[in-house]
Amino acid sequence: MNFNNVSKRIERIKFALLSPDEIRKMSQVRVITPDTYDDDGYPIERGLMDLHMGVIEPGLKCATCGGKVDECPGHFGHIELAMPVVHIGFIKEIKSMLDASCKECGRIKLTDEEINNYRTQVSAIDFETMDPEIIDMTLKKIVEIAVQRNICPHCSAESPKVILDKPTTFREGGIKITPKEIRERLERIQDDDLLFFGINKGSARPEWMILTVLPVPPIDVRPSITLETGERSEDDLTHKLVDIIRISQRLRESRDNGSPQLIIEDLWDLLQYHITTYFDNQTAGIPPARHRSGRALKTLVQRLKGKEGRFRANLSGKRVNFSSRSVISPEPFLSMNEVGIPEIAARELTVPVLINSFNIEKMKEWIKRGTMPRTPDGKYLAGINYLIRPDGRRIKLTDQNAEINSERVDIGWTVERQMTEGDIVLFNRQPSLHRMSMMAHSVRVLPGMTFRFNLADCTPYNADFDGDEMNLHVIQSEESRAEARIIMKVQEQIMSPRFGGPIIGAIHDHITALFLLTHNNPLISEDDTLHTTSYIEFEKLPEPVIKDGKKYYHGRDIFSLVLPEGLNIKFKSHLCAGAKDKCEYENDPADTYVVITNGKLVHGTIDDEAVGPFSGVIVDKIFRKIGPQAAAKFIDNVTRLAVGFLSHRGFSTGIKDYDIPKDAISRIQEISNETLEKIEKLVNAFRSGQLQPLPGRSVEDTLEVEILSATGGVRDESGKIASQYLGLNDPSVIMARSGARAKMLNIAEVAGMVGQQSVRGGRLNRGYANRTLSHFKENDLGAYARGFIKSSYRAGLNPTEYFFHSIGGREGLVDIAVRTSRSGYMQRRLINAFEDLKVDDKRRVEDTIGSVVQFKYGEDGIDPTRSDEGQTVDVDYAAYDEFGDEQ
Amino acid sequence: MSKFNVLEHEIVPEHHLVPVEEEESVLTKLNVTKDDLPKIGINDPTIKALEEIHGKLVPGRIVKIIRKSPTAGYYEYYRIIVKSVM
Repeated sequence: MNFNNVSKRIERIKFALLSPDEIRKMSQVRVITPDTYDDDGYPIERGLMDLHMGVIEPGLKCATCGGKVDECPGHFGHIELAMPVVHIGFIKEIKSMLDASCKECGRIKLTDEEINNYRTQVSAIDFETMDPEIIDMTLKKIVEIAVQRNICPHCSAESPKVILDKPTTFREGGIKITPKEIRERLERIQDDDLLFFGINKGSARPEWMILTVLPVPPIDVRPSITLETGERSEDDLTHKLVDIIRISQRLRESRDNGSPQLIIEDLWDLLQYHITTYFDNQTAGIPPARHRSGRALKTLVQRLKGKEGRFRANLSGKRVNFSSRSVISPEPFLSMNEVGIPEIAARELTVPVLINSFNIEKMKEWIKRGTMPRTPDGKYLAGINYLIRPDGRRIKLTDQNAEINSERVDIGWTVERQMTEGDIVLFNRQPSLHRMSMMAHSVRVLPGMTFRFNLADCTPYNADFDGDEMNLHVIQSEESRAEARIIMKVQEQIMSPRFGGPIIGAIHDHITALFLLTHNNPLISEDDTLHTTSYIEFEKLPEPVIKDGKKYYHGRDIFSLVLPEGLNIKFKSHLCAGAKDKCEYENDPADTYVVITNGKLVHGTIDDEAVGPFSGVIVDKIFRKIGPQAAAKFIDNVTRLAVGFLSHRGFSTGIKDYDIPKDAISRIQEISNETLEKIEKLVNAFRSGQLQPLPGRSVEDTLEVEILSATGGVRDESGKIASQYLGLNDPSVIMARSGARAKMLNIAEVAGMVGQQSVRGGRLNRGYANRTLSHFKENDLGAYARGFIKSSYRAGLNPTEYFFHSIGGREGLVDIAVRTSRSGYMQRRLINAFEDLKVDDKRRVEDTIGSVVQFKYGEDGIDPTRSDEGQTVDVDYAAYDEFGDEQ
Repeated sequence: MSKFNVLEHEIVPEHHLVPVEEEESVLTKLNVTKDDLPKIGINDPTIKALEEIHGKLVPGRIVKIIRKSPTAGYYEYYRIIVKSVM
């Protein structure tokens, strides 16, 4: 820590104009030569790199303060401009003052009476406390009166209209007013009139908006860099200042030798151009100044503005150390609380360890091991990268100096130790849309080059493995490690604050596997059982069933191995959702409900509803009843059991899943023909004017609505026919019915019919004049002409259908693109508005000043994370858990 | 045309003026100072409607708002009248 600079509290900030005198006063040197360094590479005196403006080279001392490189803060210099120029930042203000003031006497063009009237209103303005926007609004009306007046009420002089020829030229009756004249006019404005222009007379004079002296920023603001070739490269600002000095010099010489007015004016304009681009190189109306290479220069405004500017890139967000980024891939054998990191990353990322009397011996041993230690059989061991002495100096540990340094360390030193198994790290995937986008994991060092994690964590991160990359941050202090472990660990984030249910759960193949394992309670041979259960931790195998002298195990008994004891739940599975008394897909009517009694699965099928993310009834109940640890253990076991079972049993899907018999196809064709006829009738009725409009709709609308409902109906109908022939022995249907992936609708599209394509909720109607494609007659309202696809994906689409399908498909893509950018911006604004609100110990929501936002968090004091899908308590479940079915 | 009273609109919650003598006890109950209360502008339509009943209101008075909530039943909110909200 540096105690030389005692920090101070900023009480207030005042914005004012710099006067030429102030600029000269704060300047340490008047810069007169556009050159930077001499042939020996030494800064030229009174040049742009003059030592009075600070030092950037080690070894040199600042000529102003005597400080060395890191001690000297840098000092301003100044350039005396040969002729005054307009400051691009004040164009608007200058225009308004030229418009509203008299060119002769400089008074504001208001009558004395008006001035007296408004003075009371205006003198109430307090620049230090009032909102500038409100001040502006009050003054705008008053100034507008003065602008409209042509004759000065004070000296009766006539003032022609001043026109701003963008960006920096002012004209009066077509004749240019030079900056010099502008300055003279502004000088004439009386201090007492300044208030009407929104200027605080104590802190500014209008003529200061015309530059006569230009401050030169300290060298620290525009350091030159030395390239590898030894060549010096100057900062963009320095380049710009060189131009300014050069032109200013030429202008001065030309003026002094009495050159023709034309030449002087040209040079003056050039000086104006350089100074304008020095401030803002993206001023509308002038070409940006360019570097020799053709790249536009990054000048003052560009340094601050936008996403890459100082505010958003360097102050709101910074780059950090102790972090890494890599491609991600799945690893089902890791716990959901773990993350696998490649050895190369583990050796680079370090944790600081403070040496004390308890660990000094161990640390000496570790230092002796060097930077790349391994066990005798070649396994990874954590090494040490750096030693930090109590005075803060860093020593890089190498295998050569390991021995000596191991002797030098003492209590009070810190060593930077490489990652090791069990370290807590933060893992993050962008866009970080909710708090589960950044969770704490414990480290496993693995071979390979990717970060790896359990598939259950895909949902909260919204990650897949098609090339996604994620970031990892190593926590550097004990406090943050403890905090991360207690509140950021994956298991603590299972419940989503968005809907009060689990957001982490088994996905895709896990659900398929558990469905196969539990649906209709199959018998699993002893061999298969032993293989499957070898993936999980459990105490005792269930009771076997003996059949034909061979041992078998029930699938539900195997699943019950991963359920914690004492768990009682009854709910409807995804498969039987909507079933009343008996579920059509279950052989046993009792299986309509999933029943778990004391940690044993008695009835029902385990699927998405039981273990999936967003629903996950079992995960939800374990988390609430037993705790995060048990829920994590359940998810770890259930995913591993599923992977073990499915990889042993085998499961595959393909086009044959969608084979339906010939008569099914002809039935689908039949209903599609019926619908086509119906649509034709509707169109004919419409043409003959016999179509009865629906209430509140035009005839055209009615036709569209009727046709849409007819085409929607035929698609559903064909889906029903197709699914009659595709049962629960069909892999695609298993995936759809269990909630693992896809919907029955998608199966209907493949096997049955794709159906009507739509754009913005209506049938396709654009393209050519009065028709969608040139293959149809104009004004054809028939089904085929307006995007109806009677083919299935399996049978293949004909060319016009293919076009329509592409049109419908593009709408989806456009929607996604629009939605993400818009919701992203909304999210940003919400976060900026809410970021510093906090909930205090009385559950009151306050801002940083202490103003109350809500007297009780969310108006009910309920943490949505712990709520039961928004409700405070689930009384029904509590009763079921206690008393079972008899209420 | 009869004047429309915003307070009678379905989605506008109940607004009540807190009598000056009760202000102290309300602030004690909430454990806040007047400065920390949420604000409502004097030009707010609901304040205009309250002025119809209570006469001219001045900044500094407290308004009690009773909102319906699906989870908490009813929720009492308090706002202090200010000259303008930024």
